[in-house]
Amino acid sequence: MTLRYNEEQRLLADSARDFLAARSPVSAQRRLRDEGARAGFDTQLWRDAVELGWSAIPFPEQLGGLDFGCMGLGPVFEAIGHNLAPTPLLSSVVLAGSLLHLAGSARQQATWLQPLISGERRLALAVDERARHQPRDIAMAAVANAEGFRLHGEKFWVVDGVGADAFVVAARTDGQPGDAHGISLFLVPADTPGVECSPLPLIDSRNCGRLRLDQVQLDAQALLGAPGQAWSALDAALDRGRACLAAELLGAAQQLFQTTLDYLKTRVQFDVPIGSFQALQHRAAQLYVDLALARSAVMAGLAALDAHELNDAQRGRLVSLAKWKAGDTAIKVANEAVQMHGGIGVTDELDVGLYLKRVRVAQACLGDRDFHCERYSALDEACA
Amino acid sequence: MSTIEQFRHETRAWLEANCPPSMRAAMAEGDVVWGGSQPQFPNDDARLWFERMRDKRWFCPEWPEAYGGAGLDAEQVAVLESEMRRLKCRPPQINLGIWMLGPVLLAYGSEAQKLSLLPPMARGEVRWCQGFSEPNAGSDLASLKMSARDAGDHFVVDGSKIWTSYGDKSDWMYALVRTDPQASKHEGISLIVLDMRSPGINAMPIDLISGKSAFCQVFFDAVKVPKSQLVGPLNGGWNLAKYLLQHERKAMSKFGEFSLPSHFDLLALLREYLPRPRTQGEQALQARVVACAMDEHAYGLTVQRMAEEGRCGDDVSGLMAIMKLTHTEQERSKFEVLLDAMGGHAFGWESEAFSERELAVTRSWLNSYALTISGGASEVQLNVIAKRVLGLPDGKKGVTA
Repeated sequence: MTLRYNEEQRLLADSARDFLAARSPVSAQRRLRDEGARAGFDTQLWRDAVELGWSAIPFPEQLGGLDFGCMGLGPVFEAIGHNLAPTPLLSSVVLAGSLLHLAGSARQQATWLQPLISGERRLALAVDERARHQPRDIAMAAVANAEGFRLHGEKFWVVDGVGADAFVVAARTDGQPGDAHGISLFLVPADTPGVECSPLPLIDSRNCGRLRLDQVQLDAQALLGAPGQAWSALDAALDRGRACLAAELLGAAQQLFQTTLDYLKTRVQFDVPIGSFQALQHRAAQLYVDLALARSAVMAGLAALDAHELNDAQRGRLVSLAKWKAGDTAIKVANEAVQMHGGIGVTDELDVGLYLKRVRVAQACLGDRDFHCERYSALDEACA
Repeated sequence: MSTIEQFRHETRAWLEANCPPSMRAAMAEGDVVWGGSQPQFPNDDARLWFERMRDKRWFCPEWPEAYGGAGLDAEQVAVLESEMRRLKCRPPQINLGIWMLGPVLLAYGSEAQKLSLLPPMARGEVRWCQGFSEPNAGSDLASLKMSARDAGDHFVVDGSKIWTSYGDKSDWMYALVRTDPQASKHEGISLIVLDMRSPGINAMPIDLISGKSAFCQVFFDAVKVPKSQLVGPLNGGWNLAKYLLQHERKAMSKFGEFSLPSHFDLLALLREYLPRPRTQGEQALQARVVACAMDEHAYGLTVQRMAEEGRCGDDVSGLMAIMKLTHTEQERSKFEVLLDAMGGHAFGWESEAFSERELAVTRSWLNSYALTISGGASEVQLNVIAKRVLGLPDGKKGVTA
């Protein structure tokens, strides 16, 4: 397992960085926020990203993908974090796309995955029902009936849910909340009667939705994978999303740290640059250490997802390590960045606040520090 | 086959034929072989491995043949190191002379010094110790006071060195001494080498809070040191010391000596000593232990990443600068949480009521305090990162990391 991007991945990193720096700098995110853009991202930018091949990165060639694996997604998500660029890459490609890839039938893949890769369709994953991520706790009932399944209930925190063409909904056909067994996945087109996704505006100004399913009747073809057996595909897709979010968090933290360092070197108080004060130097050095460890963990998490020699527990353990360390580090960096910038750090004019808000949401998304600490511990026992 | 491929082929064949199988496994603490005038070997295989590598001149393969090395070029050395890693060969000996003083002598020593000091060093016949710190010169090393007074054809050395590892078991010492008490503190220092059997030297082992230790305080009472044993220019020792410490870091990274986490498996111990947290307090403790184990895992991955990036020729100086700090601070935190998780089981001292592992945890906890102090205290490491890696400005003029 390598912990270093290869030449191909480095080229991808360069191209993603250049593309986003030109097309989606932080000022673009600020503009989207101020305009109150409903989609939360720039649709033309996404079309161009699809042209660059981003939506094809993780999928095998026979499905129309580039087969670059998760290590191929890492550099793109780092660049996304670096520029705070909103795109549906995580929601549609990594989360929903992975489930279509892992659990979908050939027909479902032809209907949904192909247009997803070509950018014609956009899907979103609906898992969480409460404010804290805990996918085993899925309670939404999917009741089998003569026509297929009837779903009723509400999903919270659907990433890029507003305006999605369809949802992959995780619901329970068996078992109790807390059980891995009994969870099923359904493909639900947004125009199905009884489906409503309303905006849930969050501090990071991205697209987040609340999905209401009011006695939604689906036919049996809507089922993605075997009934009650979705857990392992769901967990695998969530892990891909977690590793990508970890890379995004690392990219954001790295950029914010650099901005803060520049400020420490130029801001003068008491006739000297404030970066000459040891109290600040030691705190900055500590952040540098955390960032170095976070990078190692993120590389291992991404690499683990492509490493076929590992089992599910070993993979999940490394992904949880990555999400935990990247999230924890990004929060520390963001909090210190505000403090070290002083008064201007709490103004909206400075980009630091935009990073702080995105970091905070991304850290909680798909499992916060405490979730991944607990999961790491449980999986470590399984690995032992 | 290219020349280097030919060399790889021969090296692999030689190692496979000559490295005893028992020398291809991880080392326990008592297995370390220290070169010197009276080398001790834990077993015959260790002796055999030592002698074969010595005769092959591979203790210091890159040194010129005239000084006892094998005269290999950098590419060949890299091949030898990678082949030794591949076979998991143990280092045949640990020798401070070769790693630390050797490069300084090669760069700054006189021809006579090179010819007299390097070949025995290269054969592992001399055990060297380092005389840098003094009771009043710790983090501020340049304030050292041990004097070497000019007495014609020799110096007279008076003073004391402290934290000298194995000072009582070493044959020779390289030491920083003050040769000009009038000069500013960085400019009156010289580097000398001296025979530890010289009259007037007394090395006393130091007992630590963790018990017996390898550290000594070494006292010098009017010790005569011939002037031919001055290395480099008179009063030019500070630059040599900096050069030597740079080599220490390089050697450490090369030999993969960046310490890996201690062998206590935090989560396994947690499951053993706190199998079912019953109270909220125990659950919080469990979370602290897990977080600590995760950070340790991230550090282990960083060691791996640095090695990989180093092999690919990336700049790893930034990573190198964080390793000592990170490892030692993590060890401190690790034993903090282990003590909490093990409770009274971790407070035994030479008692049969405790398992060997429990007693080892207690000792290792106490020993961990020394880790964040010796070899550049954590605060010094943070200064180095802030200034050399992050480029933050100096606080006041004249104060360097």
